[in-house]
Amino acid sequence: MATNQAPKTSSPPASPDGPWGFLAQRWELVTLAVLAVAPLVIPALGGALGGQVTNLFIYCILALALNVMVGYTGLVHLGIASFFGIGAYVLAILTVPMYPFQIGFLAAAVIAVLVTAGTGLALGAPTLRLRGDYLAIVTLGFGEVVKVTLRNLEQITGGMKGLNPVPPPGAGVTLAGIDLGKEFAIDPRWFYYLALLSLAGVVLGMRRLENSRLGRALVAVREDELAAQAMGISATRVKLAAFAMSSAVAGLAGCLYAASLSTTADPNAYDFNRSIMVLCAVILGGLGSIPGTLLGVAILVGFDTVLAPWADSWIQQMNVNPKGLSYLSFSGWRLAIFGVALVLVMRYRPEGLIPSRRLAAELHEGGSGS
Amino acid sequence: MSVQFLLQQCLIGLTNGALIALVALGYTMVYGIIGLINFAHGDLIMLGACLALSLVGALGMTAAGPATTWVGIGGLVLLCGLFCGLLNVAVDRIVYKPLRNAPKLAPLVSAIGVSFIFMNVGLFWLGPADKSFPELLPSTNLLHNDALQFTWKDLLVVLIVGPLMVALSVLVKGTKLGKAMRAVSQDPTAAALVGVDVDRVIAATFFIGGFLGGAASVIYGLYINTIGFQMGFQNGLYAFTAAVLGGIGSIPGAVLGGLVIGLVRALASAYVGERWTGAIVFAILIVILVFRPEGLLGRRVKEKV
Repeated sequence: MATNQAPKTSSPPASPDGPWGFLAQRWELVTLAVLAVAPLVIPALGGALGGQVTNLFIYCILALALNVMVGYTGLVHLGIASFFGIGAYVLAILTVPMYPFQIGFLAAAVIAVLVTAGTGLALGAPTLRLRGDYLAIVTLGFGEVVKVTLRNLEQITGGMKGLNPVPPPGAGVTLAGIDLGKEFAIDPRWFYYLALLSLAGVVLGMRRLENSRLGRALVAVREDELAAQAMGISATRVKLAAFAMSSAVAGLAGCLYAASLSTTADPNAYDFNRSIMVLCAVILGGLGSIPGTLLGVAILVGFDTVLAPWADSWIQQMNVNPKGLSYLSFSGWRLAIFGVALVLVMRYRPEGLIPSRRLAAELHEGGSGS
Repeated sequence: MSVQFLLQQCLIGLTNGALIALVALGYTMVYGIIGLINFAHGDLIMLGACLALSLVGALGMTAAGPATTWVGIGGLVLLCGLFCGLLNVAVDRIVYKPLRNAPKLAPLVSAIGVSFIFMNVGLFWLGPADKSFPELLPSTNLLHNDALQFTWKDLLVVLIVGPLMVALSVLVKGTKLGKAMRAVSQDPTAAALVGVDVDRVIAATFFIGGFLGGAASVIYGLYINTIGFQMGFQNGLYAFTAAVLGGIGSIPGAVLGGLVIGLVRALASAYVGERWTGAIVFAILIVILVFRPEGLLGRRVKEKV
């Protein structure tokens, strides 16, 4: 396929008066502006809250990565967390003091993204011929293999302890009299801006992808692989491209995650649960829809960090649960709530909360979806 | 690492494999008939094991004599089988049936949702920590051989799995329902045209798959002796691997696949190390899917347009 190459997702985020694609979407601009000003106005973002919001941005990037596979291309991917993990571990190996490399964050992140993209290609090349539901299982199995490997290769990955300390970005770099590494270590707002910039870049990249030749090919393959092939699209290559892009962006999210925590955390941070929660976010928000995906992540993260603790403490104040029974606490119902949400969304609104128009039409056309 | 050690591992593997096969049948039958990977199947079995544990406690089976114990185990298998079978049918009726004509993603994601709901129920039932399942059977060696162990527990697995497999193959090969099931799995529309009640056949399939899973849950409790609300995921994945290895949709394939996966697990634990077992099994799964996606006994089917 002659490619009108989609912009690299790691491309520098554009300034608001940048390319037309960004201006056309006002909501993104407004949100970006609000988020960019917020840390200057809200002092709490300089504390723990800033870290939480940074985390939210990172999950948004991860969900957008999954959206390329599940949303645009219609391939069920149940192992996105493994690519997240590979990104985090490659970054850590390249930067932690226990290894001789200790290169800068930027270079390490670029290498990590390339490695995850390569891993995605290596997994995708032999498996993309498979039927959709088999691919789901392959990615799931791959996720388990990666988790077990990370846990067991103690000499390389530090086993359950993970790799740490991952130095902050810009460690040892002094710019205009500011020691960047130190600033990153002290003030969470630096990470906030780094994550926000990356997220803005990824959103911009995704927006451009949607309107590119490759993006349209992805959607064509999702809607009808056979018809797409008849139109001269190589389904395998398109799917491979989706796999590589998705893996690369997930790897980028992993880099940010490890750097912001200054550790890779233990391998269980990259298990099936994380994959499935990201998938829930994408499905809930709207498959193939950028605002939907972002909203889905906001809802899920909001549930875990805002709603559940609030409801739990409220129930505690009501004093209905003196014995601490799990079914009388709100967070005890977490899995069931997500489960019911998934079932209901699939039954009544399979296109999600903020649907992509094309997918909504596809899902409601009825008949035999093969 | 003597020959006897190898034999012992094979024995363990085959017994484990019989158990995996029982679970794999539930996956393969449902897949064969409506093309759904039933993610909730492993968690259904977890719920069966919860019920078995509660029943063992409620009936005071730990104090029973040997004869009563065997009758009790038979009763457990029956009750848990019925419970899982009916639950499976109910889930199909409520969740999957409205999605019969939807794109494949919809029932798959719904099944993940159902698995979450089951896990939450199991969490309430068992609590967050693993629970130990009482040892109802003596662990005396039935073979007069010091190096080779074959205990009552192993015998139990064979005694339950064997008849169930025979009954299943008689049902599928010899009865009208079995014929209808095979017809629906080949072509639901054509089956409906010649008068098969497709919905009833699907319900029956879910019931049989669930029943076998329920039986497996009792054996699992008695044989492995530890149950927890998260056991469904891992075991379900092993069983699914077995079903795919044998050729998904094929009943003898699921049995063969289960035995092979059991053997691989036992040998990998013994010779490579327990902690790598999961990775090895899933690596095998990926390799099979890449090189022989139709499995050992499956037929290669072109995806329909």
